[in-house]
Amino acid sequence: MEYIARVEVSLKPGHSDPEGETTRESLRELNYPVKEVRVSKVYEIRLDASSLDEAERLIDEMSRRLLSNPVKDDYTFKVEEAGR
Amino acid sequence: MGREDIKVCILRVGGTNCDMETKRAVEDLGVKADILHMNQVMGRGGLLDYEALIIPGGFSFGDYVRAGAILAKRILIKLRRDIERFVDEGRPILGICNGFQVLVESGLLPGFNGISEYPEAALATNIPIGYRCRWVYLKHENGGNCIFTRKIPKGRVLRMPIAHAEGRFLLPKDREDEYLEKLYENDQVVFRYCDEHGRYGEGRYPVNPNGSFHDIAGICNPEGTIFGLMPHPERAYYGWQLPDWTRMGEPQMYGDGRLIFESMVNYMLNRL
Repeated sequence: MEYIARVEVSLKPGHSDPEGETTRESLRELNYPVKEVRVSKVYEIRLDASSLDEAERLIDEMSRRLLSNPVKDDYTFKVEEAGR
Repeated sequence: MGREDIKVCILRVGGTNCDMETKRAVEDLGVKADILHMNQVMGRGGLLDYEALIIPGGFSFGDYVRAGAILAKRILIKLRRDIERFVDEGRPILGICNGFQVLVESGLLPGFNGISEYPEAALATNIPIGYRCRWVYLKHENGGNCIFTRKIPKGRVLRMPIAHAEGRFLLPKDREDEYLEKLYENDQVVFRYCDEHGRYGEGRYPVNPNGSFHDIAGICNPEGTIFGLMPHPERAYYGWQLPDWTRMGEPQMYGDGRLIFESMVNYMLNRL
């Protein structure tokens, strides 16, 4: 079965986000009442797995092994059957 | 056996830079250095013909995912056994700039208990944000454990260039104090950013160029045989690489970067 996962990797709370701060300043310059910007990275991953559970297990493992560095990143993900 | 029998592998992949400068530095000390692409290393059956491994600077795999992350995983998947032998046998591994990021992402540094399954540190986006390419001052902090800096007296201030956008050294926030203490206990702290008089940056720009925790610019593993640093010693090897060499009258023959390669070669000679 084919699944699609969307993994979002973001900085842990309390970690400075210089990219977000710079973006916030630029948006403020454009006159928007922006208080905070946090930048995260999204991976859309298509994969084969025998079940939804299996797909979630694999995505969780991928997130831990490569997509995030636990020292500074948190991750969340959502997996669903492809083509739905 | 003499120094001409010692061979160093300089590992390259797409996005590597300063591999030629590194080779020239090592060969100036009379040691042989081969620049090998990862695929060539695999083709010749691994790294064990070499006495030392250098992972140079650059932007391996486009810095995708995180700087150094993809090369780190590739090294672990393809060369884990060789790397473990390097660690066990005390063969030196040096990571410069992107190479430092690779060593951290692969769990080889800080390496409190050997190769960690997940990274125990990070090199995050610079604060202030931006790619920073300039000369910095570093204070040597190591008490003799790190085999790459044994030629440098503790407390000496050195000058080397940096060139990176992700060099902010971080430890896990909830274990910062514990890990820092461990780094000192094991004599793993090697370089801290300082000014020309040796005063630490205390986290403040511009002396600390990237916001690194505790002004850390380079650390080694507890055994002292694996060393990673953000500055580029190979770009400070010769006197004429220094930014002010034309103003110095008679330029000095060598820069501070040479001390690192010299220490490494000395260590290898003593092992013969």
